[in-house]
Amino acid sequence: MKENSDSTDIMAAVIKIRQKFGSQIISETASNNEIYLSVKKDAALEICNHFYNHLGAQLVMMFGTDQRISDGVFTIKYVFSMDLSDNFIIIQINIETDLEKPQFQSITHKIPAANLYEREIQDMFGLIAKGHPDPRRLIMFEDWPHGQYPLRKDFDLRSKPPRVEGTYEYKKVEGEGVYEILVGPVHAGVIGPGHFRFSVAGEPIINLEIRLFYAHKGIEKLFENFSIDKAVFLAERVSGDNSVAHVVAFCQAVEKIACAEVPLRAKYIRTILLELERLYNHVGAIGGIALDSGFSVGSAYANILKENIMQLNEKTTGSRLLRGMVTPGGMRRDIKNISDIVAKLSAFEHEFKELIDLLFDSPSLVDRIETTGYIYNDIAKALNVVGPTGRASGIDKDIRRDHPYAAYSDLDFDVSVQDGGDVYARTSVRSEEVFQSFGIIRQALQALEKLAGAPIKVDIGYVPSGHALGYTEAPRGEMLYWLMIVDGKIERCKVRDPSFCNWLAIEYAVLDNIIPDFPLINKSLSLSYSGNDI
Amino acid sequence: MLRIFKKTIQTRVVTTRYPQEQAIAPVGFRGEPNIDPDRCTFCGDCVDVCPAGVIQLTREKESDENILTLACDGCIFCGRCEEVCTNGAIKLTQEYELASKTRENLLLQVGGKPKVDEETEIMGQRLHSKIKNTFGRSLSIREVHAGSCNGCEVEVNALTNPIYDIERFGMHIVASPRHADMLLVTGPVSRNMELALLKTYEATPEPKLVAAMGSCACNGGIFGNTYASGGGVDKFLPVDVYIAGCPPRPQAVIFGIMMAIDKLAEKTKKK
Repeated sequence: MKENSDSTDIMAAVIKIRQKFGSQIISETASNNEIYLSVKKDAALEICNHFYNHLGAQLVMMFGTDQRISDGVFTIKYVFSMDLSDNFIIIQINIETDLEKPQFQSITHKIPAANLYEREIQDMFGLIAKGHPDPRRLIMFEDWPHGQYPLRKDFDLRSKPPRVEGTYEYKKVEGEGVYEILVGPVHAGVIGPGHFRFSVAGEPIINLEIRLFYAHKGIEKLFENFSIDKAVFLAERVSGDNSVAHVVAFCQAVEKIACAEVPLRAKYIRTILLELERLYNHVGAIGGIALDSGFSVGSAYANILKENIMQLNEKTTGSRLLRGMVTPGGMRRDIKNISDIVAKLSAFEHEFKELIDLLFDSPSLVDRIETTGYIYNDIAKALNVVGPTGRASGIDKDIRRDHPYAAYSDLDFDVSVQDGGDVYARTSVRSEEVFQSFGIIRQALQALEKLAGAPIKVDIGYVPSGHALGYTEAPRGEMLYWLMIVDGKIERCKVRDPSFCNWLAIEYAVLDNIIPDFPLINKSLSLSYSGNDI
Repeated sequence: MLRIFKKTIQTRVVTTRYPQEQAIAPVGFRGEPNIDPDRCTFCGDCVDVCPAGVIQLTREKESDENILTLACDGCIFCGRCEEVCTNGAIKLTQEYELASKTRENLLLQVGGKPKVDEETEIMGQRLHSKIKNTFGRSLSIREVHAGSCNGCEVEVNALTNPIYDIERFGMHIVASPRHADMLLVTGPVSRNMELALLKTYEATPEPKLVAAMGSCACNGGIFGNTYASGGGVDKFLPVDVYIAGCPPRPQAVIFGIMMAIDKLAEKTKKK
């Protein structure tokens, strides 16, 4: 069981770790709000476990780097965050390359959220997670040859390794009357590719296994071949409907490394764009719930509203997906139609209120979404479920409040947290967030008027060598970038889209539900395939 | 129920009149680039900054003439070329109807001999007059996400909203390739989706069309041709129509689909 960690500050946690594991810590450095603890390889499991299970820290990201050329080692970094603290702790281990099979100790049995990260590191770096409960291939499919690891520096981005024979073992669920339903990767709807295997006994689902990564495009490798200038546009295209959240996270990492302070006006404009993105995503997600529960009228109105928001996006930024605006150091373009946005927002808010009344007053819709697709709080915590999905399962986390960026520290807003954990709770959290977004945009627009004529960009100049985290609260939840620059070039860019954390939660949410409710549950999590698969 | 009636009456018709009426993109929209041959000095600045790598500067051996080409099919319309051009030679226009039956038609060129004849060089072959006659034909579309960033999916989903409502032209997005006349493919064809895409194509009955939607489907876009990205749909399947844009606006997709219908008529005639 976890100790009560509410009052434990992250710095106090570091001190405790120092006291307990002093001899295992090789070095300790800090930059901005990131504390890096280099520890001995064999101690990682124990230290991570202590952080997670005794001090209440959450593992929010884990990734590898290939530093064989500069330091002669691979490294693995475990990024932890803690409630009530703006700091991140990054525990790092070195893995020597002279071993025939470089490996590290798996921590998944202690920290379940590490599961997919470790499999990702196995596929991309060829470092073996020793003791992993499920060491199957994840990103590179079974037809990918052994011994080829895309994120190793000696792997050529443009190479095309031949397909080889291989098999992928799905988990078997057997028993009298149990049968399997296979869906995907090409689906009936207009969504991303994924393979879903349902095992059902009668109507209820007794197991679901999801296979993703069909949309893997090697984006992290591609980043290493792009200049910072060009990489901005790649970040916008990791997950198209979360373009702003991605590009702002990326740019913040660059700015942190360059020690650049973004002008205030640019911070407000970024905030407005981030919230416009949340608006059209959330309205779309709520419309999806109406559609999949057969309430076409509600869905039509949600889609009209979403379209109107996207048209406002296009009028404001020249892009319906709000692309091409953000750049390291500030903004590429200013926002000029402030009075137009203000007027439209009032109309949208009125429309949205009517829509929500329409939906939640309909007993047939509410019946359908209440008690459907539970994600229990303990599951959500164990998997590090983020964003509205997490908040609908009682996880009180929001990067905008916990690690303020852009102009959020100057703005008033509430973080909606519920403990229902069902489709109803997730829909309701989203609807409250939409109302909060209207408020945030209004405040930011007022601030913009006072900053008329102020600069929107600083020249960040040459970006020195260094590394930093960038983060945003995307419509789907916590978005993290870890960027490393060496000699002005991108050495490593780890992208962690919120979907990567939340996909596994569906396997739990569908249990004991019936197949016809699957689309509804799936929509209520509103996940990105491309953001997950990168 | 009364509330629904009230709202329906109040809302009235929201559907756009496009393509019977033009829909001009708002000021600030970044569409088809225009290169002014008189201002271009062939300095190559735009070549260096293009994230998708679609601008190329070459020298014709015979005439020793500089040639600048911009492949609109893979352009992501970021406007970096416009930003760095000190002579103001490149400007992104509000033109968005960028669909074509060949990729060559989407190639802009300054200097050297024009590669395509004057008549077909006109971008996207404006076929408004033809489009007006294509109503009433049905087309069943299966969308295939072959590794896109999901930006294109946002716009394909918009096609069925009450504003664009492509069902008014007899077009449907269908659930299975077996019901489809056309595959609308997005994404550069990721290695992991290649097989599924080919199987989907095989499952589609003849005569069938393939439309590549978005810059990465047209030629790889910003993702290019790598270990995981196939570099465009036409490396794997015969493509009938290329719809450029990153992503194309819904009207641009409708324009592209109309062009595909035109091609279907040609295909069936040949048979």
